[in-house]
Amino acid sequence: MRKPAEPAVAKEAAVAAVEEPRRRDFIHIATVSFAGVGTAAAAVPMLTQMSASADVRALASIEVDVSAIEPGQAIKTMWRKQPVFVSRLTPEKIAEAKKDDNAPMRDPQTLEERTLPNREEWLVMLAVCTHLGCVPTGAAQGEPKGDFDGYFCPCHGSHYDVAGRIRKGPAPTNLVVPEELSFVSDTVIKIG
Amino acid sequence: MSFPWAQEYKPKHPLMQWFDERLPLPRLVYNSVGAGYPTPRNLNYFWNFGSLAGLALVIQIVTGVVLAMHYYSTVDGAFNSVEHIMRNVNSGWLIRYAHMNGASFFFIVVYIHMFRGLYFGSYKAPREMIWLLGVVIFLLMMATGFLGYVLPWGQMSFWAAQVITGFFSAIPLVGEPLRQWLLGGFAPDQATLSRFFSLHYLLPFVIAGVIILHIWALHIPGSSNPTGVPVKKEEDTVPFHPYYTAKDGFGVGVFLIAFVIMTFFAPNFMGHPDNYIPANPLSTPAHIVPEWYYWPFYAILRAFTVDFGIPFTGIVIIPAKLMGVLAMFGSILLFFFLPWLDTSPVRSGHYRPLFKKFFWFGLIPSVIILSICGVMEATTTWLILAQISGAYYFAHFLIILPLISRIEKPLPLPGSITEAVTGKPLKEAAA
Repeated sequence: MRKPAEPAVAKEAAVAAVEEPRRRDFIHIATVSFAGVGTAAAAVPMLTQMSASADVRALASIEVDVSAIEPGQAIKTMWRKQPVFVSRLTPEKIAEAKKDDNAPMRDPQTLEERTLPNREEWLVMLAVCTHLGCVPTGAAQGEPKGDFDGYFCPCHGSHYDVAGRIRKGPAPTNLVVPEELSFVSDTVIKIG
Repeated sequence: MSFPWAQEYKPKHPLMQWFDERLPLPRLVYNSVGAGYPTPRNLNYFWNFGSLAGLALVIQIVTGVVLAMHYYSTVDGAFNSVEHIMRNVNSGWLIRYAHMNGASFFFIVVYIHMFRGLYFGSYKAPREMIWLLGVVIFLLMMATGFLGYVLPWGQMSFWAAQVITGFFSAIPLVGEPLRQWLLGGFAPDQATLSRFFSLHYLLPFVIAGVIILHIWALHIPGSSNPTGVPVKKEEDTVPFHPYYTAKDGFGVGVFLIAFVIMTFFAPNFMGHPDNYIPANPLSTPAHIVPEWYYWPFYAILRAFTVDFGIPFTGIVIIPAKLMGVLAMFGSILLFFFLPWLDTSPVRSGHYRPLFKKFFWFGLIPSVIILSICGVMEATTTWLILAQISGAYYFAHFLIILPLISRIEKPLPLPGSITEAVTGKPLKEAAA
């Protein structure tokens, strides 16, 4: 036997009359929030797995023996998988760099600020163009040195001066001097 | 979807009927590329390039899956495994050269496909969504092409990875951490190569998915046509099969002839000898250039040499590096706005005298000059040329197109597709 229709209608009306938010709204929001927070938490390892792994980060420090570098010479070495120029400036180059200390520059810096105290003949810089990361030429004999007698990036035409300061072209900043730079002894440099 | 006079699928064989009732796949094919899809009767050969692009993707996936069976994605093994494919794997040289040149041919047909869309106004209402999905496919293709170029781990591969991930370092504050996150280190290395291989394998299938959406969106209004006049009656259309299956088939033949000529006789013509030198993180090749299909964008990237700021104060608002990167991405992203920049109701360039002039004597030369600038060394002359043509490129889309849409007086349009083809007006319905 079927029940009369009225009680059902009345019940629906009663449900509609319940004040917002209903219990069911709360359950919906709580469920979706729980799932959302869970998904976000699960995304964290999926994103951080992309960052440098522990073995890559462990290569953070090197020591370079510079005893064989004569004034006017430079070597390329690797630090954190990135090439580094270690160059020993001649007195003429030091004078040339200092003469330009106050020239108009995109990223003004003096030679003194780019070298260690009393070691201004030693210029250590990442050999990574600050534009898009190519290795500038000019460290080795016979390579193009650009318009400012320093370094030239063949990729997009950035010109750096003797002290690795950006003078012309698209690069935004000077060649980076590693902050973590020190002399272990007179002939050994530590980077990192 | 489709026109009321579209033929209905009626399976002839009882087996097909049995199949169609349980999974209407035969019906889908029939209505998409069969007799059930009425198509404008006047499509010219520029309308071949969509199906050719599909074919190019299939070639890339088939050859790519085979190459992946022989390739090692390790920094020590990658270069040698590519040489192993070239020298030892049976027909390996053919498959690799087909994949290498297949990428170039994919871009050739897609560029012609885009040219068709630009000239005949295929991006206009009601086909905006098709165009937008097409731009998404183009971006995915560029990403996939770059990722694949890195895999042989030659000199060009390595420095492409370095330079292109360098784009992201231009973003203020988060740029450098973002770049290191993309590379998985401070410079391109094993982590980079592995993830690039993984993504290079993934993205073509994403492209295939977006192509399905692209065709789905196309089949709602149906194909446009060289007059830009919408289909009015059944006489304006022919069934896709056999008319355009045959025409597309002919195009496939011509495409394959060109493709095998390059693959067999000049396989390295579009490549770079430096990429046959193993990657050396200590030395950038003297002249690095991307693959030809990136040249115009590369020229725009390099065209910015001075910071954007307040003159004589030394205050920099946007550094040159960021400007270059923004302009390069902007030159593609502006395609997303094209349907709303060109407000002329006339689709086809045939009937737009002013548009036609700017298209042939402005846009096309500027893109060609940018391409040449992209491959030349960054000397002052080429930089200035790139700056001028780059400026025109942006002005064309952002200023000239909206302006001529307003002032141009279009030529009279034909009354119908049939009238354009036969010279006689479309007969009024007998009823």
